[in-house]
Amino acid sequence: MFRFLLGRLAVLIPTFIGVSIIAFSFIRLLPGDPVALLSGERVMSPERHAQISHELGYDRPIVVQYFDYLWGVLQGDFGTSISTKEPVLGQFMQLFPATLELSLCAIIFAIVLGIPAGVFAAIKRGSVLDQIIMGTALIGFSMPIFWWGLLLIILFSGILQWTPVSGRISLMFFFPSVTGFMLVDSLLSGQDGAFTSAASHLILPTIVLGTIPLAVIARQTRSAMLEVLSEDYVRTARAKGLSAFRVVGIHALRNAMIPVITTIGLQVGVMLAGAILTESIFSWPGIGKWMVDSVFRRDYPVIQGGLLIIAGLIMLVNLIVDLLYGLINPRIRH
Amino acid sequence: MATPAAPSGEFTGSDPVDPSRRARFAEFWFYFSENRGAVVGLVFFVFLVLLAVFAPLIAPHGPNEQYRDAVLVPPFWQEGGRSAFLLGTDPVGRDILSRLIYGTRYSLFIGVIVTTISLIGGIVIGVVAGYFRGWVDTAIMRVMDIILAFPSLLLALVLVAVLGPGLTNAMIAIALVFQPHFVRLTRAAVMAEKNRDYVIAARVAGAKPLRLMFVTILPNCMAPLIVQATLSFSNAILDAAALGFLGMGAQPPTPEWGTMLAEAREFILRAWWVVTLPGLAILMTVLAINLMGDGLRDALDPKLKRS
Amino acid sequence: MALLEIENLVVEFETASGMFRAVDGVSLSVERKEVLAVVGESGSGKSVSMLAVMGLLPWTAKVTADRMMFDGVDLATISPKERRKLVGKDMAMIFQEPMASLNPCFTVGFQIEEVLRVHMGMDRARRRARAIELLTLVGIPEPEQRLSSFPHQMSGGQCQRVMIAIALACNPKLLIADEPTTALDVTIQKQILDLLVRLQAEYGMGLIMITHNMGVVAETADRVIVQYKGRKMEEADVLSLFESPRSNYTRALLAALPDNATGDRLPTIDGFLVEAEAAAVNTPMMEPPL
Repeated sequence: MFRFLLGRLAVLIPTFIGVSIIAFSFIRLLPGDPVALLSGERVMSPERHAQISHELGYDRPIVVQYFDYLWGVLQGDFGTSISTKEPVLGQFMQLFPATLELSLCAIIFAIVLGIPAGVFAAIKRGSVLDQIIMGTALIGFSMPIFWWGLLLIILFSGILQWTPVSGRISLMFFFPSVTGFMLVDSLLSGQDGAFTSAASHLILPTIVLGTIPLAVIARQTRSAMLEVLSEDYVRTARAKGLSAFRVVGIHALRNAMIPVITTIGLQVGVMLAGAILTESIFSWPGIGKWMVDSVFRRDYPVIQGGLLIIAGLIMLVNLIVDLLYGLINPRIRH
Repeated sequence: MATPAAPSGEFTGSDPVDPSRRARFAEFWFYFSENRGAVVGLVFFVFLVLLAVFAPLIAPHGPNEQYRDAVLVPPFWQEGGRSAFLLGTDPVGRDILSRLIYGTRYSLFIGVIVTTISLIGGIVIGVVAGYFRGWVDTAIMRVMDIILAFPSLLLALVLVAVLGPGLTNAMIAIALVFQPHFVRLTRAAVMAEKNRDYVIAARVAGAKPLRLMFVTILPNCMAPLIVQATLSFSNAILDAAALGFLGMGAQPPTPEWGTMLAEAREFILRAWWVVTLPGLAILMTVLAINLMGDGLRDALDPKLKRS
Repeated sequence: MALLEIENLVVEFETASGMFRAVDGVSLSVERKEVLAVVGESGSGKSVSMLAVMGLLPWTAKVTADRMMFDGVDLATISPKERRKLVGKDMAMIFQEPMASLNPCFTVGFQIEEVLRVHMGMDRARRRARAIELLTLVGIPEPEQRLSSFPHQMSGGQCQRVMIAIALACNPKLLIADEPTTALDVTIQKQILDLLVRLQAEYGMGLIMITHNMGVVAETADRVIVQYKGRKMEEADVLSLFESPRSNYTRALLAALPDNATGDRLPTIDGFLVEAEAAAVNTPMMEPPL
């Protein structure tokens, strides 16, 4: 296990360094003057330019600048936002719980519906049920989710008036952020209706963000189950006189979960990309919307820092998934 | 399956009518046509191609023609609809049907260009990595890992922000982001094929590395690449539309579907058709291509064929 | 009354090109404490007929029989639920690929104890004690440690021993062994066969040994059934089969043993003669006409 972890780290560390080089060089690749871009001041005198250039360390060789940047990153200094003058990491920490809450709800939504759907499609292979499930999954897989979000808003917020259009909670409620998760904080606040309000704000974004992972998980579960169901050990399980539930739900599913877990792990990147669109549609104050807004504001330190933090986060999640994979697959554990 | 027969053509040279090739196509078509969804997808795709090619003949109006007297006209079946604008008009009085028909051109063009760039680039880099191995391979794969560490849409978004918003830059960004998948697939396939007997035979017969890489080995690695290419085609359309929706792809007044959606967003609760129809066009196009992709996978991949 | 009695068993599979008949009118019976060998080439339908008895065929298979009785129970009309009570308890089966037949995700202990829990309703401590007892019985050293092993940590021979332990867990009346030694090394083959024969005698089970290996037949069986292309060609006790085979096919099969090879050419079976004979055996050879 320890050696496995070391092996993974041996790949991850150079990759992270590469990622940091890319994030670092984006600003230098931009057309225009990086000093002007980074300081956010369009018009400045040559003296002012030289002063800022010196403050930012731009008068030093590029390699020195990179290591300086990397050293800052390792100490948690990802730069300062041009528009708000706040540290990038601080902003990220403030906004991340919103994205995390939404992503967790979406992935749970996708797993809870996707795995049973895939299992049923596999055991009823070729049936009408299978065709309906797989047809729906392919539609979900092909869905432009930014449009899907708008469609749900038209239906549930416009016509039926069941759910709010945007934000995390109704403006009526105000309470301090304890965990950053609106569902938990609203419960802790003890205010009437706060939790319901938070939950109703969460429903549509969850469905929108969870749609593609749901489709992917259902398809992957079905194909993994089909492969496993034809294995000899499933025949052995049936030869033991076990109930269909035990044969499918324990003997087959346990094996089919091995590739599905990997798929779920890969969905994290998909979700963060999806969060960009979902959060933009629902004005969800998370890191996806933050990144899009920064792109429009040309807030390059935020783009640079955000890119690096998000990539690091995805690499971390992938590492955890790899470790989890070792836990559920005995052939790797030993 | 078909694979063992494939290399036999290598030594006879390229004869124009290869009977085994026709037989292989027949076998492919047999499995492909067994999948009803795939055939439906193919038919719809051909329909889209025809729409794109003959857009000026089919579309009732020009894509950017504005009718000041016909702003936000609903589709013909709704009250207030007009037969001149079958699917209604947008907030500045342009015919939605015509814009959708012209939009087909953009989406298919994006799909073709992005897939071609990332496929060719991915094949060249992947073959080189898989054939030479060693430090070349390590370096290439590390770079690909780095690209894969970013969420693809975010990376594309930032790339477009760097290169400047616009359709061309969006396509370049998406192609770059899709590259690693092709590189990985090609590399894995090349490594699997490299030590097979027919490759060694060709090498003994004196084939040079370039010929070995691209003439001997590559044709036998095509199946997974073709499947990945269809997947990229549909994803390219989705991502380009997403960038357009975010305002970073094609710029107004281009009748690109994602851009149309972005322009129509504020009318979402007033005029459902301006929002619903472009999205439906994206969904149906992507769905048709994915249906085809599933059929291709079943027909080309012998491992899945058995199940 | 015989332990297992099958008359005119037919198994057909739905395929893309119509129905394929894998077993075509096979009849057989096994007495208590008897070892019956079913012999034939691959594709002769010997495994399929036994999977039909166990109810393990996929749903694309259509099974019909005039009579299919096990220990007084009619297997043809039994509900799936009742069959599950029987299968794995009174009637057990082991398979050709021991490594693939054990679930890679669960420990050996779990897989043995599972049968004990489902069929015998034993509590945890008794299940564990019985599992250790079973592993000792099938000759696995250090059974306590082995309980927490995973299948991939063991050799093929050991896996097959575990399979035998699972099959014997509930003291079955009939054990069906489907090519139990084919996938194993030659030295291990002998050990597993000896183990099966010893346990059969000790427990007084009926044993059906499916094999294509005449050596296995000679070593284990009391009685032999020879099958070809889903049809029964011959049924005889083991001595008379080897001494005076009646069907041409059996004779060809015996002549095709590698021991009879001349030079570096292996003997083969003349397909044409056999086809003609098989076609003639429309009704099973040994049974009186209905």
